[in-house]
Amino acid sequence: MNRTAYTNARLFDPANGLDETGALLVEDGKIADLGASLFSGGVPQDMETVDCGGKLLTPGLIDMRVFTGEPGTEFRETLGSASQSAAAGGITTIIVMPNTDPVIDDVALVDFIERRARDTAIVNVHPMAALTRGCAGEQMTEIGLLKDAGAVAFTDGDKPLSDPLVMRRALSYAHFFDALIVQHAEDRDLAAGGVMNEGELASRLGLTGRPSAAETIMIERDLRLVELTGARYHVAQVTCKASVDIIRRAKQNGLPVTCGVSAPHLTLNENDVASYRSFMKLSPPLRHEDDRLAVVEGVADGTIDVIVSSHDPQDPETKRLPFAQAAYGAVGLETLLPATLSLVHGGTLALERAIEALTTSPASLLGLKSGHLTKGSPADLTLIDMNVPWVLDPEKLKSKSKNTPYDERRLQGRAIRTIVGGKEVHVSGGK
Amino acid sequence: MTSSDANPTPLFPHRHLIGIEGLSQADITSLLDLADGYVDQNRQINKKGDVLRGRTQINLFFEASTRTQSSFELAGKRLGADVMNMSVSSSSIKKGETLIDTATTLNAMHPDLIVVRHGDSGAVELLSQKVGCSVLNAGDGSHEHPTQALLDALTIRRRKGRLEGMTVAICGDILHSRVARSNILLLNIMGARVRVIAPKTLLPIGIERLGVEVFNDMTEGLKDVDIVMMLRLQLERMHGSFVPSVREYFRYFGLDYEKLKVAKPDALIMHPGPMNRGVEIDSAVADDINRSVIREQVEMGVAVRMAALDALARNLPNEQPAGYGA
Repeated sequence: MNRTAYTNARLFDPANGLDETGALLVEDGKIADLGASLFSGGVPQDMETVDCGGKLLTPGLIDMRVFTGEPGTEFRETLGSASQSAAAGGITTIIVMPNTDPVIDDVALVDFIERRARDTAIVNVHPMAALTRGCAGEQMTEIGLLKDAGAVAFTDGDKPLSDPLVMRRALSYAHFFDALIVQHAEDRDLAAGGVMNEGELASRLGLTGRPSAAETIMIERDLRLVELTGARYHVAQVTCKASVDIIRRAKQNGLPVTCGVSAPHLTLNENDVASYRSFMKLSPPLRHEDDRLAVVEGVADGTIDVIVSSHDPQDPETKRLPFAQAAYGAVGLETLLPATLSLVHGGTLALERAIEALTTSPASLLGLKSGHLTKGSPADLTLIDMNVPWVLDPEKLKSKSKNTPYDERRLQGRAIRTIVGGKEVHVSGGK
Repeated sequence: MTSSDANPTPLFPHRHLIGIEGLSQADITSLLDLADGYVDQNRQINKKGDVLRGRTQINLFFEASTRTQSSFELAGKRLGADVMNMSVSSSSIKKGETLIDTATTLNAMHPDLIVVRHGDSGAVELLSQKVGCSVLNAGDGSHEHPTQALLDALTIRRRKGRLEGMTVAICGDILHSRVARSNILLLNIMGARVRVIAPKTLLPIGIERLGVEVFNDMTEGLKDVDIVMMLRLQLERMHGSFVPSVREYFRYFGLDYEKLKVAKPDALIMHPGPMNRGVEIDSAVADDINRSVIREQVEMGVAVRMAALDALARNLPNEQPAGYGA
């Protein structure tokens, strides 16, 4: 029997309202027991023991928006390298997007992702399948068969599903299967040509703006369709104040709607683009500071359910270009936790909400067994040093791509141990 | 003196058969009773009758049809009528003739009965307003297909002895189906309990207000039913617009023995045809001699159409109106 005792840990689990110092026993990949009184009389001799030094032991983090390059563009990222990066960031489960080459829109491709993940990844990997074939926005995919094969949700990834009739039918069809539909909410026509947030700064820089209305119009439209169909609908990333208000109202009206926000949108704003930094070029774009404050508040009050990395590895050739021509996206697996903790340290986000948005919320949205510290559930755990200061060195990132917007940034707090199914996949000194 | 004066309570007090809507329980029962007799006649060596002798029947089909058109043709001929088939090709529509022009042209040829199929809902009713004879609807758009509902009812009544109290599940593409609409109406009038089972994308909005119980899950909807009516899923609706694929449709919404388990052990399986084997129905189920009555439905079709033609013809004037043709 494989048994490990984690002692002297601050057991922290928003799902169970748990915040106490105690121990946790991992047995054969599962949480066998936990609590303040566990091992109060000492740990048995035959057991491997990890002294957590009073650090935070939380459910393993779940990142429900990760792009990789496998299959198709493995030079950017493989499932294996993404999992290494996730483990280093304290993430025990990644949900990979279907925008690969080929697009994950067929049962055989879901099987491929699962097999490659089993053989090469050190964290849990679940695919979201495409909502439409080839993510082309025209024909819905086999939602029933794909869900049975293991797809945890359905999305066209970084592409919005524009056609309202296709969206309506997809929502309507998905309802029977209780499938979660995830939308990248941006009206492509309205955002056409835009490369950064529309506003004064874009005008000064001479760059074409993408208005936040492109996001709100799409969300408003989709909510009408959710009202018609009753399907579960999730906005992958909300980035502006108006979107937060819309979702808050929809939730008050009882619609089955949820949403996420990326760590960069919580911690950076359009001013970071200044001097045309293409690593700050995201989709949707970094917004005005007022919008950033509104999304932070949205996470704090529960309007925004989950925080994601939106990890999108890009090689230097696609980023070292004039801003307008550079690719969108930033790597984020290793900065998801420290970026979120910066809000906790700054006093704008409670620790409980932060951890909930990184664990319990995505788990319940996606129907995963993990995401909480409960006897019998998988031993997916993250040990966090809340306070350790460090400077991000892009060369030390485990990801194959180094396009991080937090280049050289001073950060506080990181994962010092990552445990997946009872197995330690990342250990750092926490220095 | 007209025939209606001679017969103050006609068997079927309607000039046209446009839909099940507007028919009474008595109307339907009369047609089914009449059809029962024609089933017997059709099983004789000499199948020819003469109640429509001298009458002209035009089968006007704006939409391609094999079985309905031949069924109506045979029905008319067995009753002694002169039957003419007109398939209005798309080319003559391209020539610019409107539906009403076609109707008035035909009307000038003095037909007694016109059987019409048209791709647009409401087209048959429009045509019926422009002609002097009786019109039978052989299917209009997604609206009604009354003789199909009547032949289904006849099939059930002959097998089960009654319609009242039967639980009937209609499964598949309800949204585009005129067969479903006519059957829902008829079965409700006759006191049967009707369920519809389909993916939400193939259910019309507000269907629950038409007197049906709505299900998305076959194994829930088929529980303890007496009759399973499968509908044809048209190919152009399979590939991603309403349902993702044929294989997914068959997996979750196709009728196979596994899903049929929850129905009553003596539940009948029906299909208006033509079938897509392996799409909405498993081949073995469709051919199950103990359960499937699909071929019987075709036989009932001829008898029901004879009954409908006969009943309408009884209301036609038997004498030339005064001054007519002068």
